[in-house]
Amino acid sequence: MSDPNLNPPNPNLDAATAMATEVPQAAALGFQMVSAVDGRGVMHAPWREDLVGDPDTGVIASGVVTSLLDHCCGMAITATTGERKPTATLDLRIDYMRPAASRAGVTVEAHCYHLTRSIAFVRAHAWDADPADPIATAQAAFMLSPAPAPAPGGAA
Amino acid sequence: MSAEEQLQAFLGRVPYIRFLGMRAELAGDELTGVLPFSPHLIGNTLLPALHGGVIGAFLEMTALAQLAVTQSTPRVHKTIDVTIEYLRPGRALTTYARADLRKVGRRIANVHVEAWQEARSQPVAALRGHFMLAED
Repeated sequence: MSDPNLNPPNPNLDAATAMATEVPQAAALGFQMVSAVDGRGVMHAPWREDLVGDPDTGVIASGVVTSLLDHCCGMAITATTGERKPTATLDLRIDYMRPAASRAGVTVEAHCYHLTRSIAFVRAHAWDADPADPIATAQAAFMLSPAPAPAPGGAA
Repeated sequence: MSAEEQLQAFLGRVPYIRFLGMRAELAGDELTGVLPFSPHLIGNTLLPALHGGVIGAFLEMTALAQLAVTQSTPRVHKTIDVTIEYLRPGRALTTYARADLRKVGRRIANVHVEAWQEARSQPVAALRGHFMLAED
């Protein structure tokens, strides 16, 4: 989608876009980066027939929402630090308010509201049509990698 | 329907379970979720490690599969809330999970699930959740 060599320099946006498109699970689910600025990230997962969780209703699976929430929280951290450091999820709490509409995609906004040297605290909510009418909310804590990402092949 | 038929009916009718590539095995009424490794499940290409969302979804699907066997209904039970704790990176290996139905009431079930890879004593993640039971 965006070639970092062609676009005006915006390290936050480039790192966030890479997260949406380069991570295999995100690519497999068709995640689309919407925005990443000031500790907030927004990402969208389009509805797909093979991602349905309840065939009676055609509603997208909660597992897709779980991946999108986790991933978008990671992107909000990237939008805060400006670096694409590996993060490890410590815990993730999700409340499901209601099912998404039939054949609807899901959008998540995540906000990294506090960051220490080693831990990021993030809140997120997911909606299908209206951000003010969420289908799910989430609260998560992430561990930040202390060292720069190892070169490929050099991972422990 | 037998427990095995209940299980296969549940696994077969949820498209997202096929997307994950998840299977499940029964020993009596005790179910083990099985998630073979596949490249599209990766969240960290450097380690490589399974995506945290995949692990959470697999734990949740194992809870729903166990409920489908024990609380048989033609409809899918609904997730109310889940808390997922990540204990170790999920490596590029097959992951297993077992659900413990802590309390099954008339309308709501409380379920704990634990996932592991090479050793059951070294879990990679755990889930606690509440589920709204579907009515027939």
